[in-house]
Amino acid sequence: MAQAQAVEKKQMRPPIESGCPDGMQYMHPLMVKNFGNWKYHDRPRPGVLHHVAHSGDEIWTVRVGTQRQLGPYEINLLCDIVDTYGEGHVRFTIRSNLEVMVSKWEKVGPLIQAFNDAGYPVGGTGNSVTMISHTQGWLHCDIPGTDASGVVKSLMDELYEEFVKEEMPNRVHITTSCCQINCGGQGDIAINVQHTKPPKINHDLVANVCERPSVVARCPVAAIRPAMVNGKPSLEVDEKKCICCGACYPPCPPMQINDPVHSKLAIWVGGKNSNARSKPMFQKLVAAGLPNNPPRWPEVAEVVKKILYTYKNDARDWERVGDWVERIGWPRFFEMTGLPFTKFHIDNWRGARNSLNASTHIRF
Amino acid sequence: MAEAQKTPKDPARHSSFVPKEKKSSKPFHDTPMLDQLESGPWPSFVTGLKRLAHDNNMMVDLLGQLEYSYKTRLGYWKGGTVSVFGYGGGIIPRFSEVASMFPESKEFHTLRVQPPAGNHYTTKLLRQLSNSWSKWGSGLIAFHGQTGNIMFIGATSENTQHFFDEINEYGFDLGGAGPCVRTAMSCVGAARCEQSCTNEHRIHRTLVNNFIDDMHRPALPYKFKFKVSGCPNDCMNSIQRADFAVIGTWRDDMQVDQKGVKEYIESHGRKYTIDNVITRCPTNALSLNDDDTIEVDNKSCVRCMHCINVMTKGLKPGKDRGVTVLIGGKRTLKIGDTMGTVIVPFMKMDSDEDFEKIRELAATVIDFWAENGLEHERCGEMIERIGLANFLEGIGIEVDPNMITHPRTSSYIRLDDWDQEAQKWIDRQKAKATA
Repeated sequence: MAQAQAVEKKQMRPPIESGCPDGMQYMHPLMVKNFGNWKYHDRPRPGVLHHVAHSGDEIWTVRVGTQRQLGPYEINLLCDIVDTYGEGHVRFTIRSNLEVMVSKWEKVGPLIQAFNDAGYPVGGTGNSVTMISHTQGWLHCDIPGTDASGVVKSLMDELYEEFVKEEMPNRVHITTSCCQINCGGQGDIAINVQHTKPPKINHDLVANVCERPSVVARCPVAAIRPAMVNGKPSLEVDEKKCICCGACYPPCPPMQINDPVHSKLAIWVGGKNSNARSKPMFQKLVAAGLPNNPPRWPEVAEVVKKILYTYKNDARDWERVGDWVERIGWPRFFEMTGLPFTKFHIDNWRGARNSLNASTHIRF
Repeated sequence: MAEAQKTPKDPARHSSFVPKEKKSSKPFHDTPMLDQLESGPWPSFVTGLKRLAHDNNMMVDLLGQLEYSYKTRLGYWKGGTVSVFGYGGGIIPRFSEVASMFPESKEFHTLRVQPPAGNHYTTKLLRQLSNSWSKWGSGLIAFHGQTGNIMFIGATSENTQHFFDEINEYGFDLGGAGPCVRTAMSCVGAARCEQSCTNEHRIHRTLVNNFIDDMHRPALPYKFKFKVSGCPNDCMNSIQRADFAVIGTWRDDMQVDQKGVKEYIESHGRKYTIDNVITRCPTNALSLNDDDTIEVDNKSCVRCMHCINVMTKGLKPGKDRGVTVLIGGKRTLKIGDTMGTVIVPFMKMDSDEDFEKIRELAATVIDFWAENGLEHERCGEMIERIGLANFLEGIGIEVDPNMITHPRTSSYIRLDDWDQEAQKWIDRQKAKATA
């Protein structure tokens, strides 16, 4: 057996550690030619970017919404459209939109038509609601409190018109995260899992599955300690200290944090990555306790739409959600959206004092 | 559009198409909940999964398990250890906890593969990747994961090696998983954006390809991410989600084309320009002249990009370009979300030596963190624990007021070496003046 393994190992192919491939070889020729020499851009219609180079060359980009998870049928369908109506070169944005580059304005219309005929929306540019950032969820993650693709699909169905039009005050980035680690990142509106009960521990498994000191070290509030339970080495949680974050669950799966009823969804607003106008901002908690309700999460969609359309009606041009709230103030935000303000909105984490109002700056 | 969904022009060439012929031998599970995600105007991933289930049994059971998750509101994947020969990471192993019900998808691993810098593809390449994956895996690919990988979702332990061997031959390599340097990201940048202030793709590849050993053989305290954005709009979200964020910027005056400015005012109006450009400047560095030209106080400009974003034909970044480096951004685990902190306010990024310098900086940072970071502690968490001043000393970078929002407000500090430290600053200023 050992010999057989040794023989097999010999035949193994050593990897070529080539790392990140050079994008130049796949780039549209006009992009290679004008690399670093672009002059300006505009948007002739929603979903289309138009860039002009110092050389006078022009390139049009058609942005297409996808389901992110693509099989051979979808890939070949999209590629057939690009090969027929485009010029064979594409790229993906950070939010899983497909971008198709063409050298002539005349090609843009037929390209959009072909995508629309195939059931793919064109949009997501400028002041639209672009594709929701997308994590793995129940499809593939080992610690998810909810699904990702289903939440994104449900919400994008509801926000479809806002993707294909540019009618928002500024761009809107919505994110989702299936656990409190927040893989989806900062968003104008973020939909994140929020657990509400401490982990349920299967003491029979802890000793064999978990490296106990690492699990103890992982807890942000030092609520976990080693313990003997039913004569077996295990871990116990001080449930009064526990903040139900689920940080112990990845290194120790027998500490099940996910619960069909008590793992809820929370909504956060005002996150922003760009340095434009204000510095980058973190998102802030505005709503919680929403049920994890597949397949379409209607309660979540309702709150998201309430916030989104309040923003759409009240914000000024170029204000992101965070900029808008900074202008109108949080009391007005809660008043306008009708969302309840609770003691849980007041931070008590590190540096919490910085988020308290130490002034007489109050809007009446 | 919603109409087009209902009556596709060519049903066989539409996102809602489901093949008539079933090649997979296993009967479908009932999926009443997932079925509800097939309606609506947005392309449905469920319909996509069903198309694949017509093709292979793995996806038949995958759909079954996903429906089971929807029904019970719980996930059923567990990690483990799977890798390809010679590497210690790059694959996310997934073993089903409910394999007795769904045996065909009991092993459903993801391979994380690094996309070309800037996410550029030809259709030929996309088809090639898709063909390779249909041969060895489920056929399902995510473009892209949140770290920036192409995610090839769903392979057995055995086939991960075959698939990797095949795509590795035509230039693709695994990304990172575990405590290691992770796959990096860069924006479209200089390839198609007039706001780009640097060669994002070259920085991206210089950084990540120099730490390829630290990517493939996880041995760091925790993950380490590089992200490169060409301008302060930071389309790669690097400040909030990269341990090492590189952002293009400029240090001379922004370029103003007064003709473009005037045209903007003509088409949008004076009031709109004042309300949306002039008064939106965070440092009051803009002024509108009576003749509808714009005046920029470049010394006060913080390069936020807002006015440049609005007047794309009138305003542009300056010509003396380089990058700002921020270190320590990450998501919630464990001390709460952190943004990166400015470590290098400006460095040129033109010559080979400049690129060598940023590579050296990254190596110094990673070495110091590998030496001093605790297990499962991100670089930003280490900086918070030891203090920025200690970190700077550790990596040999002098303090700079650009690194802070404001000086300390607490008097509880020992100032033993104040005179010495003050002298260092004075000496540096003198050296700069004579340089």
